Amino acid sequence: MNRRRSHEPVFWVLFGAGGVVAALTLPALVLVTGLLGPHDLLGEDALAYGRMRALAAPWPGKLLLLPLVALPLWLAAHRIHHSMHDLGVQVRPVASALVCYGLAAAGSALALVTLVRIG
Amino acid sequence: MSRRRPYVRPMAGWWRRNPHHFLYMVREGTSVFVGAYAVVLLWALTALADGPDAWSTWLATMRHPLAVLFHLVVFVAACWHTVTWFAVSPKTMPPMRLGGRPVPASALVGGQYLAAIVTSGAILYAAAAAA
Repeated sequence: MNRRRSHEPVFWVLFGAGGVVAALTLPALVLVTGLLGPHDLLGEDALAYGRMRALAAPWPGKLLLLPLVALPLWLAAHRIHHSMHDLGVQVRPVASALVCYGLAAAGSALALVTLVRIG
Repeated sequence: MSRRRPYVRPMAGWWRRNPHHFLYMVREGTSVFVGAYAVVLLWALTALADGPDAWSTWLATMRHPLAVLFHLVVFVAACWHTVTWFAVSPKTMPPMRLGGRPVPASALVGGQYLAAIVTSGAILYAAAAAA
C-alpha cells in the first residue's frame, strides 16, 4: 500500500475554486475590462484610474480582486497540465506539474504583492 | 543502455476522430484563454499599482484591434467554460439532499445559471459609471 499522501487534492481544490469563480464571473468581467469598458461603452469613467484605485485600495476590494485574478490561473494550470498527458506530449508529469502550478503560484503571489502595493 | 526502443503509442489527433473527445478537448482548451485573460488582469493590477500613466497605457492597449479580437475569443471561451462547468456539476459536486430527497440535476444546473446571471448583472451594474 502506498502510504505517501498525494498532493493532488490541494491542486484539485484550487482548480475547482477557479472553475467556479471563472464560470460565475469571467464572461461579465471580459465584457467590462476587454470589450465595453475600454471603449467607453459603460460610461466614460467606468475604468478611470481614480475609480479603479478606489476599488483596489481598501481591503474588502483587495479580497474581492485577489481570487478573481489568482484562482482562474489555477484552473488553467490544472487543465493545461493534464492536457499535456491527453495530447501525448512527451514530458515528465513532474516537470509539467512544476511548470504549470509553479506559474500559477507565481502569478498568485504577484497578484497579492501588487494588491498590497496599491495600498 | 538497452538497444530496444520502447513502444510509444501514437496519439496524434485521437481527439479529432470522435465528436465526444473533440468537445472534451475544446472544453479543456478554453482554459488556455482563461489563463491568458488572467494574465491580462494581472497586468492591469500592476499598471494600477504603477500609477496613472501606466494605467492609461494599459487602457490604450486594450483599445488595440488585436486586443479586441483577443477579448472576443476569450469571451466565447469563457461562456463555453461556464456552460460546460455547470453541465458536469451534478456529477462532480457532492450529492445534495433537500427534505430527504436528492436535488434533481436540472434544479442544480438551473440554480447555478441563476447565480451566474445575478453575479454578471452585479458586475456590469457596479462597473457602469453613473452618467
